[in-house]
Amino acid sequence: MNKQETLFNYILRIADSQLILGHRLSEWTGHGPMLEEELASANTALDLIGQANSLYAYATQVEGKGRTEDDLAYLRSEREFFNHLLSEQPRGDFGFSMLRQMLCDAFDVLFYSALMKSSDNTLSGIAAKAYKESQYHLRHSSSWTERLGDGTEESHQRMQNSLNELWRFTDDLFAMRAADLELVNTGIAVDTSSFREAWFKQVSEVLERATLTIPTHAFMQKGSLEGRHTEHLGYLLAEMQSLHRAIPGVKW
Amino acid sequence: MITKTVEEIKTLLSVIPDPEIPVITIRDLGVLREVRIVGDTVEVDITPTYSGCPAMKAISQDIVKVLNEAGIERVNVKEIYQPVWTTDWLSDEAREKLRLYGIAPPEKTSSDKNAILGKVKHLACPHCGSIDTELVSQFGSTACKALYRCLSCLEPFDHFKCI
Repeated sequence: MNKQETLFNYILRIADSQLILGHRLSEWTGHGPMLEEELASANTALDLIGQANSLYAYATQVEGKGRTEDDLAYLRSEREFFNHLLSEQPRGDFGFSMLRQMLCDAFDVLFYSALMKSSDNTLSGIAAKAYKESQYHLRHSSSWTERLGDGTEESHQRMQNSLNELWRFTDDLFAMRAADLELVNTGIAVDTSSFREAWFKQVSEVLERATLTIPTHAFMQKGSLEGRHTEHLGYLLAEMQSLHRAIPGVKW
Repeated sequence: MITKTVEEIKTLLSVIPDPEIPVITIRDLGVLREVRIVGDTVEVDITPTYSGCPAMKAISQDIVKVLNEAGIERVNVKEIYQPVWTTDWLSDEAREKLRLYGIAPPEKTSSDKNAILGKVKHLACPHCGSIDTELVSQFGSTACKALYRCLSCLEPFDHFKCI
């Protein structure tokens, strides 16, 4: 793999994660527990899909093969997506979605804060904007995690079940390709291990306030870097891409 | 051949309203960044307020339309990400326009951590001026706004988030 391909794949990893998570959040539109939370989910989803759009636009430039943002989002199959396994999990109940969101938002805040210092001007610019947005998202998802975790017996149990289900996908957030280390050395990419402790500390504090217990024996799932996903991504893509598959070349 | 100067083009563009908040223009907002004349093409840089702001498409189209009508055929609108947009770029005049429109304007100095985290104290109601207000939802009708309620006049209102 040459440097250009490495960078292309690196950008896809970030963009895919935001697109898929944004899509999952957008599934709450029309199904939210209350109007304000519908707006919140839709707004957060818009930010994430907007970030993905900017990143895809840059990826197409790096690739230089004349593909567009839409081609990358709508015309790739499951094995060509590199999103975090966490982002593709079905939305579950509202608490499940907020807990997953908190785990991802905490990651995004730290990741973007590091990517803001990238020697690549486009990536650092996108990151600077996304960093501000992620802080806002994290505040929202953390407050719901705390409220529902430390809520009624029912809400607490549901949140604990959600955490037990989701925790095994958290190692995968930090997975990196060997080739990416070259990008780290040139100051373009972020070494995820550099903020892993900070992430764990921050997430632990929120979960502690939410009276939730981190599972100690979770079997950590991996594979997103090779395009190996849980079964849920295929179904998500089938829905998300159906319009573009049915009407090739469709434009808004 | 482009006969207009950069300043004349900026003046043309400065009347374009924000599609969501039509009382302020894209220049008031700081979305309109740079205008360049490159050969027979006018290049316009705009910066999004939020990554997912759906208004950016509409703004792009408006820019092309205004310039086409002024006889400039080749227009290239580019989204730029640096420097990052901040509510600090809103002029005092724009803030006052927002308030009169019923939207509580953002506080200044968004670099202040409290402001970024939304810990706003004494946010004044744009209708009655009371500071007895409360946050209803961090996310309002658009990505750039949060929803508040005034406990004095009981009216709900949007607050332009501070980033």
